Order: sequence, then C-alpha cells, then structure tokens
Amino acid sequence: MQNSIPDGFPSTNDQEKLLADALALVQHHAFYMHRALDNNNLQDALKFSAQMLGELRTSKLSPQKYYELYMKTFDELRMLEVFFKEETKRGCTNAYLYEEVQHAGNVLPRLYLLCTVGSVYIRSKEAPAKEVLKDLVEMCRGIQHPVRGLFLRSYLSQISKDKLTDAASEFEGCGGTVVDAVEFVLQNFTEMNKLWVRMQHQGPAKEKEKREKERSELRDLVGKNLHVLSQLEGVDLDMYRDIVLPRVLEQVVNCKDELAQYYLMDCIIQVFPDEYHLQTLDTLLGACSQLQPSVDVKTVMSQLMDRLSVYAASAPEVLAEFSQVEAFSKLSEAVIKVIEVQQDMPLVGAVCLHVALLTFTLRVHADRLDYVDQVLGACVKKLNGVGKVNDSKATKQIITLLSAPLEKYNNVVTVLNLTNYPKIMEHLDYGTNKIMAVVIIQSIMKNGTFIMEADKVEALFQLLKELVQDSDGSPTLDELDEEDFMEEQNLVARLVQMLTNEDNDEMFKILITAKKHFQKGGSKRLGYSLPPLVFSALKLVRRLQEQDKNNEVDKVTFSPQEQGSSTEADEANISPQKVFQFLLQTVDSLSAVPAPELALRLYLQCAEAANDCDLEPIAYEFFTQAFVTYEEEISDSKAQVTSIHLIVGTLQRMHVFGVENRDTLTHKATGYSAKLLKKPDQCRAVYVCSHLFWIEDEGGVQDGERVLLCLKRALRIANAAQQMASVTKGSGGPVTLFVEILNKYLYYFEHGNQHITNAVIQGLIELIVTEMQSENTTQDPTVDAFFASTLRYIRFQKQKGDGVAERYAAIEV
Amino acid sequence: MSTSRKGSMMKTPDIQRRKVLTIGSFKLGICHGHQVIPWGDLDSLDMLQRQLDVDILITGHTHQFKAYKHEGGVIINPGFGTGAYSSITYNVNPSFVLTDIDGLRLVVYVYELIGGEVKVDKIDFKKAQPVG
Repeated sequence: MQNSIPDGFPSTNDQEKLLADALALVQHHAFYMHRALDNNNLQDALKFSAQMLGELRTSKLSPQKYYELYMKTFDELRMLEVFFKEETKRGCTNAYLYEEVQHAGNVLPRLYLLCTVGSVYIRSKEAPAKEVLKDLVEMCRGIQHPVRGLFLRSYLSQISKDKLTDAASEFEGCGGTVVDAVEFVLQNFTEMNKLWVRMQHQGPAKEKEKREKERSELRDLVGKNLHVLSQLEGVDLDMYRDIVLPRVLEQVVNCKDELAQYYLMDCIIQVFPDEYHLQTLDTLLGACSQLQPSVDVKTVMSQLMDRLSVYAASAPEVLAEFSQVEAFSKLSEAVIKVIEVQQDMPLVGAVCLHVALLTFTLRVHADRLDYVDQVLGACVKKLNGVGKVNDSKATKQIITLLSAPLEKYNNVVTVLNLTNYPKIMEHLDYGTNKIMAVVIIQSIMKNGTFIMEADKVEALFQLLKELVQDSDGSPTLDELDEEDFMEEQNLVARLVQMLTNEDNDEMFKILITAKKHFQKGGSKRLGYSLPPLVFSALKLVRRLQEQDKNNEVDKVTFSPQEQGSSTEADEANISPQKVFQFLLQTVDSLSAVPAPELALRLYLQCAEAANDCDLEPIAYEFFTQAFVTYEEEISDSKAQVTSIHLIVGTLQRMHVFGVENRDTLTHKATGYSAKLLKKPDQCRAVYVCSHLFWIEDEGGVQDGERVLLCLKRALRIANAAQQMASVTKGSGGPVTLFVEILNKYLYYFEHGNQHITNAVIQGLIELIVTEMQSENTTQDPTVDAFFASTLRYIRFQKQKGDGVAERYAAIEV
Repeated sequence: MSTSRKGSMMKTPDIQRRKVLTIGSFKLGICHGHQVIPWGDLDSLDMLQRQLDVDILITGHTHQFKAYKHEGGVIINPGFGTGAYSSITYNVNPSFVLTDIDGLRLVVYVYELIGGEVKVDKIDFKKAQPVG
C-alpha cells in the first residue's frame, strides 16, 4: 500500500468537514466494535476496530485536526485493550493475539492493533518486555508518512512508558535492563525526528511557512521522548554521558534541520538536570558549534548559561564543581567560536551572548575579576571592527552589559579595576556614553562609594569623559538642553564630595587629578565643577591645620625622639601653602567663564582660610585678587554693593595682617565704598567700613578717631543724599540713613569708643527730629518706627544696671 | 514654620532682599545677613531688628546656629541644614529651626545633628502685652 505524498493539506473549511466526517465514521465503526466486544466476538472486534483505525489513514487532515481524530480513536482503543486482557484470561494467549491482529489488511491499523496487544503482552510478562518493545519499534518503520508515523509512534510511546525496564521497575530482570529501555526510547526518538524533519521538504516551496507552523504543533510529540529518558531512574550521569547524550546529539546534528535543532537543544537543556549539563559541557558546546548556521544558537547557549547561573545560586557547594570542570573557560571559548563561525550573526546577537556569559560569570565567579574582565575583553574584540555602535538594540544590550558589574558589586571602585570597561564605553555613541556616565555617578551616590585613590579617580574620569568635557562628535553646548545640562553638571559637582582620602598626600593628588579633568571642561562647565573642588581643598587645609596644631602639642609633651620623626614626616607631607597655591590657580581659572562674582567670593573664602593658618602673604594675595576682580570685572551696581559688603565683612575678621598691609587694604575698601554709584549705598558701605577700625578681639586695633571720621563721612553723604533728593524730587528723602548712623553711634558708644560722646549722639538725635518734622521730608512709617524703637532702646539702656545707665544719663530723648 | 538656608554660592543669589512678615501677633524679619557687619555680631543684628521693627529676626550667612533673646525680641540664625563648609565656624553641625507661635508666646525648637545624634533644644519668648 503506497502512502501518497499529498500536495499540501486542504483549506480550513474543508478541514472542518473532513474531520467531522471522519469522526462520524470512527463513531460508526466503534459502535459495531463495541457490539462485538459485548458478544466476546474476537474476529468481529478485530474487523471493526481495523475499519475504525482505517480513518487514521487519511492524508488530508492538518496536524491539529488529525490530533483530534487520533484522540477519539485512542479512547476507543483503551476499551479494546481491556477486551484483549479479558480474552487472555479466557484462554487466548498473548502470542496468539499478537499473531491474529497481523491479519489486518492495511498496515496502519495493523500496527495500532499490534501496539495495543503488545501492551497487554508485556504486562502479562509472558514475553520479555524488551523483546516486545524492540519488535514494535522496528515494525513501526512500516509507516513512513510523517504525520501518520509521528502519531503512531506517539501511541507506542504512550502505551509503553509505564512498562519500560527501568531500574527497580517490575519489568526489570528477565524483561530487560535500563539499557534496553534507553535503547528503545532512543530508537523511537530517532525515527520520530526523521519523520518530523521530512515534513519540512513536503509540498511547494511557497508554503514553507505554513509547514513550519504545522511542524511546530507537532514538536512536543518528538520532545516527549527526551522527557521519558530524563525520567528513567536507571539513567545516571555515566549513562547519560556515555550513551544518552551522544546518541541524541548525533541525531540532532545529523538531521541538519533548523527547527528540529533549535527545539531539541532547548529540550535537552530544559529536561535534564543541571549537574549533568555541567559534567557534559564539552559535548553540549561542541554540538552547538556544529548546528546549522541559521539556528539561533545564541539563545540556546544563553539558556544554558542562565540555567547554570541559577544552579550556581541554588547551593554554594556546587560552586566548587564549576571550577573543577572549568565551566567558565569552556563557555567563553564556545562563545568566541560561535561568533566566529556564524559570520552573519548581527551585532546585537553577539552582545547578547556576552551578556549571558557575563551574567553567568558574575553569579558563579563573582570574586574573579579577571574572568569578568576577560568577558568584557572578548566583547571589545568583537566591537573593534565596528567603531561607534549605531544599532539601538545593540546599544541597549551594551548598556545591560556595562550595568551588570555595577549592580553586582555596588562599588564603582571594583568596576574601575576592569581594564576593558572603558574600552567598551568608547564604542558607545555620545548620547549613550553620557547615559552610562550618569548611571555610574548615580551608582556611586546610591551606594555611598568613596573613591580614595588618585589613580582610581583618573580611571573614573576617563569613564565620565563625555560629561566632563567636549569631544569630537559631541554637540555644541548651544544645542544641549539647558536644564539637562545643569542637572548633569550638578551631578558631577556632587561627585566631588565622594573623592576623598584621610591621607593628606593622597587627598591632594586626588584634587589635582580632578582639576586636570575639569580644566578641560570649557567655560560653561567650570562654574559648576570648580566651586566644590575649592571647598574640598579648603576642607583639606582645615584638616592640615588641625593636625599641625596637634603636632605642636605633641612636640611640647613628647620625647625628642618622637619629635624628630614628626618633623621628618612634616617635610614629606603636603602643606597648607601648597594647597593654597592650588586654590589660587583654581579660582583664577574662573575668569575664563567669566564668573567674577563667584571668583570674588571664593577668593575671600580662601583669604579667611589663610588667615586661620596665619599665612599673611597668602591671605594678602587672595585679597589682592579679590580687589582686582572687583575693579576689572564687576560693574553691575547691585553686584558691587554685595561685593563690597563681602570684602569689608571678610577684611573685618582678618587678624593676620600687619599694620601696613592692613592699612592698604582698608584704604582700598573704604575708597571703593565711597565710589559706589547710589548715595544711599555709598553711605551704608562707608559706615560699615567703620568696623574695620574697631576689632573686638584681643590685640585688635581700636582706633576710635578713625571710626568717628568714617561715621562723619557717612553723615555727609547722607546729607548730600537728602539734598539731592529735595532737588530732584521736590522733597527730601526719608531720614532712614540718619537713623542708621545714629544706631552705629550707639554701637560704638556702648563698646567704649571715647570719641563718640554724648554730645555727638545728642546732636544727631536733634538733627533727625528736625528733619522729620520738616515739611520737605517724605513721611515714612517704617522710618518713624525705626527711630521710635531706637529711642525706646536708649530709654531701656538708661534703666539698666552695670554702669550702663550712667553712660546714657546725659542723653535726652 | 520652619527656617533653613539656601546657599549663597548658588547661581544668581538675590540676597539683597529682606522680608517682613506678620504671623499672629509677631512680626518677623528675614534677611540673609551678609550686609550686617561684623558678621554674626549680635549688637549689629540688634540694629537691624530695630530698623525692621520686628520681634523676631531671622538671619543667616554664617552657617552657625545662634539664638539670642533680649528684651526687644529674638534673633535666630538657624545654621545650615547640610553642615556645609563655613569660613566663620569650624563647627559645621547641620541644624535647622522650627518656630511655633501661639498668641503672645513664641517657642523656638532647635534641631542639631551632633556626632550622629539629633539634639533638640528649646527657647521660650513671651512678648510683652502692648500697652494701652
């Protein structure tokens, strides 16, 4: 009986009808079969069951529809099997039945019946299981039609699975051994795979996709055999390694079918235990490289590596096994080989493979940074031919690759030890590089990682290149979004806080390294990056200062021997002077931005720090720079007022200056104060300068006369302001300046300045009263309140004890 | 009401500003403080308090916490919330201040982070009943 090769299956509508018809016929024949069973009529039972099974001879049903027909028939055959069993109890031998069913006219029904009898036969143990099974599996060769053959063998598999001669099964022994069971399943598997592959080549080329879809529906029939093998108790590692796996792989490789290879490799990996895979890694990976080029082997290998990663994580004891079988080197070699062999593999595929390998490495060998670096290195080799990566999918995978070590170690310093890490980053385009840089900084912030060595700082800045400076291919700063830019630069600024070391020399090296990179950032970036650097350096100065102080104490109390060693150490160490040099250069750089107001503030901060260290020349230099900046670069009136206050406020606190230097700076400050544009500003700045001549701290200058001169000058300016206002606006301005100066008089009066007498104060009070009552003066309730609270204050002081009242006695309010 | 400082090193500091608010029966004045020289000098701050005619003066610039009560009112410098570097003081414990106003009573709660522990202190001020 020829099995014809069909011209493809009929359309779906027709399928429905065909199936319905076939099911009806099966039903029909089954009815008569049941009647025969009821009458214990073996011959009729055989006749009708054969007819029923004849429906399975169709070539016209698609796999899905055939399956439905098969299931219906399967159910009926169970009844028949029960009948056969009963028959043998009634005196019929299994051997006889086995013979009888072979009289069926068509081969397919014959074989189904044979399998059914075989099931009973084996169970009866009248013949060794292995012999029956061997016979059946070979007889099934009679069906070479793919769909029919697959379902027939599937039937065989189903009825045999509980009768295999597994270790400790009831059928073991004379029935056979597990070796026989394995042999049976392997044979069935091999034949089924061949049939399955054959489907690919049937029918016209244009229906290839349809065929592949249909094949997909049948794949589990083939895969089931592997599952059965994995369930056999008697199959231990040795048997798996020596018999099962080689035979299965042989079929997989030799069938040269893309669909089958991919599915079966995946099956093997999923159904067999991970320990087996670990021990047969060579064989498995060897097979991978022999697969058809179109097979998605990277997914297969990724699956394998993922499973092994999970296995490694499950129990720490198994990690030793991994090292013992050299899993890592085998896998990494296999990855390289696959990429080499599959020339057409797209970049994203290659990177994916490396991602899977890296994940594996991080799970299994997290302590082996050299392994991690090796994986990255292999990826670098692949990327070397490519330049900057354009493909967005590949880019995404590269980001995953780079993020994995960051997430695993939670410590950027560890990641900085990976020499290949920056090399991979070089292949990212500008935008992605920046994204990665931000990810890295965020990782540092989140984990509170301190970067404590200058060479690590250097390595870090290499990774952050695109954030910190312009490069070829980066967009001009005008094109960048203002807000994004600010956010990024603020992030970089925050990073400075994490670059620190308690050892002063190392800390200084860190500062120098950071500055070197920031210098390359261009004027727009310096305003963000340099201030935190300045404060970091100022903190270092403070630390040095405190340590010097402690050393001073030590020198006094300890023995000469220890004294000697501490001075030696001092010479080698970094000194405040060196840091101040650094600070001067750094603040100077801000002129490139330009950012004069910022620079001024920073100069003054440095001056104060130098003051605290008793370094007069350095403090003077910073003041000089502050003044130069003021003169040359700050022309906005408001900014000038603020700057003058900052200068005077800082200068007032300086104790380090000798008379000459002090005089020069004070003279400059008062000079500029008097030259501010608006008269009220002038007035206030000048009276504030009075504090430059009156230092409360011990040893500070207290020049009462010059204080008074200052205040008088301020008064003159206030007068002039009044007159100007009355000329230009038609009325005098508010009297507030006079009241402010009065308060200053009171301040010095209280602090014991002899030149501020009762008379002087009284005079000013009367002046204010006159001005306020004058018609020319604008009324202003705030000024009134100010004056009132000032008078209230004076009255209050007149009540006070401790000799205060006496001083105030002469003042009348 | 909470008070804390914004750093003056940030771009475009508009620290010329002063503000006077009325909350309940109290007048508050807020001012950055760099214009009051000598910095942190209480007598000079007193003058500003008189000038603004406020019961409570809140000021900053020095990063150093200070609270000072006198017959005219209270002067508060809440310090700096982040403990950032200050040239004025070596002691940069982060701090902030909460003020509670209830009728004529003002309570200032000071929170300082010293050695990893939060220390809280309290200052009471009662405003004199206005006469007449």
